[in-house]
Amino acid sequence: MILRGRAFKVGDNISTDHIIPGKWFHLRSNLPELAKHCLEDIAPDFVSKVREGDLLVAGKNFGLGSSREHAPLVIKMAGIKAILAESTARIFFRNAINLGLPVLICDTTQVDDGNELEIDLTASRIKDVTNGNHLTFGRIPEVMLDILDEGGLVPYIQKHGDFKL
Amino acid sequence: MGKTLAEIILGRKSGADATAGDIVVAQVDLVFVQDGTGPLAVRQLEASGFNEVASPSRTALFLDHAAPSPARELSNDHMLLRAFARSTGARLFDVGEGVCHQLVAEELASPGEVILGADSHTTTAGGLGAFATGMGSTDIAMAMALGKTWLRVPESFRIAVEGQFARGIFAKDLILHLIGLIGADGATYKALEFVGGTVDNMTIAERLTIANMAIEAGGKAGLFASDETTRNYLAEHGREDRYLPLRADADAIYERTIEIDAASLEPTVSMPHTVDNTALAQHLKGTIVQQSFIGTCTNGRLDDLRVAATILKGRRRHPGTRLIVAPASTSVLKAAIDAGHIQTLIEAGAVIDPPGCAACVGIHQGVLGDGENCISTANRNFHGRMGNPNSCIYLASPATAAASAIAGEITDPREFL
Repeated sequence: MILRGRAFKVGDNISTDHIIPGKWFHLRSNLPELAKHCLEDIAPDFVSKVREGDLLVAGKNFGLGSSREHAPLVIKMAGIKAILAESTARIFFRNAINLGLPVLICDTTQVDDGNELEIDLTASRIKDVTNGNHLTFGRIPEVMLDILDEGGLVPYIQKHGDFKL
Repeated sequence: MGKTLAEIILGRKSGADATAGDIVVAQVDLVFVQDGTGPLAVRQLEASGFNEVASPSRTALFLDHAAPSPARELSNDHMLLRAFARSTGARLFDVGEGVCHQLVAEELASPGEVILGADSHTTTAGGLGAFATGMGSTDIAMAMALGKTWLRVPESFRIAVEGQFARGIFAKDLILHLIGLIGADGATYKALEFVGGTVDNMTIAERLTIANMAIEAGGKAGLFASDETTRNYLAEHGREDRYLPLRADADAIYERTIEIDAASLEPTVSMPHTVDNTALAQHLKGTIVQQSFIGTCTNGRLDDLRVAATILKGRRRHPGTRLIVAPASTSVLKAAIDAGHIQTLIEAGAVIDPPGCAACVGIHQGVLGDGENCISTANRNFHGRMGNPNSCIYLASPATAAASAIAGEITDPREFL
């Protein structure tokens, strides 16, 4: 599976409180409204600038903090097709995969904002079309690849009825 | 080959020879949501075609984050969760009963269990020897429906603590010190297993405080062996029959060992905006605080309120510092009333919030103003956490928060002991 998209770059230690600030807690059952506030305190132009098919490129420990699945959900709703990060928090990683949003752990330091990237999910390779660099990303466990293949945990369970290791 | 506590518990619950790195399907003994994550879990459950839960008596819903509700949208979310409890038979803990993690410890968790919560601080129940971890709403929905989940067996860090805390030093200082040492991602995907003489002598309240913050180092679980202290706690809460002695094997294999001398610790504070940005309280003298918040799943227990009341007895909060106290549960509040702590705190100028998450999550009961600082006994000081990105949060023990409320600036509590 090949993904092509433009990098939207953010920094290190972006918490789930950055992605969905707690002050919008009351909008969690109104996802279209909640999505308007995605990353507003740290990247105020994210919602207006991001395009369908873009890739969110982050630094270290992306998504730390709360278990709120609304965080990867609003990122996905913004049109982001995959998240690339040097590292991510554990719960965020699992939540994103459960929503069918790939999270790829790789060295993002050389990727600049706006660069065009081409991701080969099967071969674990990323080509930075803008600067010509090639990146590799860490192996995703088999069970998570199966969940991603089905488009998320809900369709996975609908199909299999159980966890298949 | 010896097993870590994480491997022992996940082995028991999966029927597999669980070794770090393995992926297992484990039986889940308790699964819960709170009002911020529950509505999405209910919707995902329904989207998957399930209309019942595998074990209603071991499925719990907590209305604690927005409690009582400050907005109609949240009132409607509460209605959705109450209706789900009625239709499935799941246990509902309504507004004012307390913070989910405190109620899980008081009423539901036991050693050796696998506990999943749609809240990152689910690690708290590790203080009772349960493998407890936070997940998102979809994972929790599937665990509710199926009574099981898949887990990667984590590698463990052995945190060996020896020595006695000096006067004015508490479990909170220890865990803040540890996170400062290894970093906010220093234990990502790992289990933290706390051992040693200091740990053996800790109360359950202290163990819960430490396990609660395992996630702040990225940890998947914060684990304590179960022992006579655990048995006594379970007996006090009417479930001694659930006691199970569990301890890591002597020859267990750990990814890393970190030794801490408890006697060398000093009152520690996490500065804005990450928990690993630690400093000693005495070095932050002069940092004005407009609010002191004592409560939460980290430090809202009876022992915490007692420490605060001891320092605040016969004293007043600084006129420029609001003092907000939120007991972690109804039973904590009642016991604090019986012990006279609430009277003492009110006389010192405290506002008493209802049991629940209160000001911690930034939606009510103590939202900060622009440019304000709060010293808080919570577990998280992220940018914007308490409802305002133009404010700062400093994390500390209840003693440091109480002393700072009196002085109006961050203060080493030993000045008041």
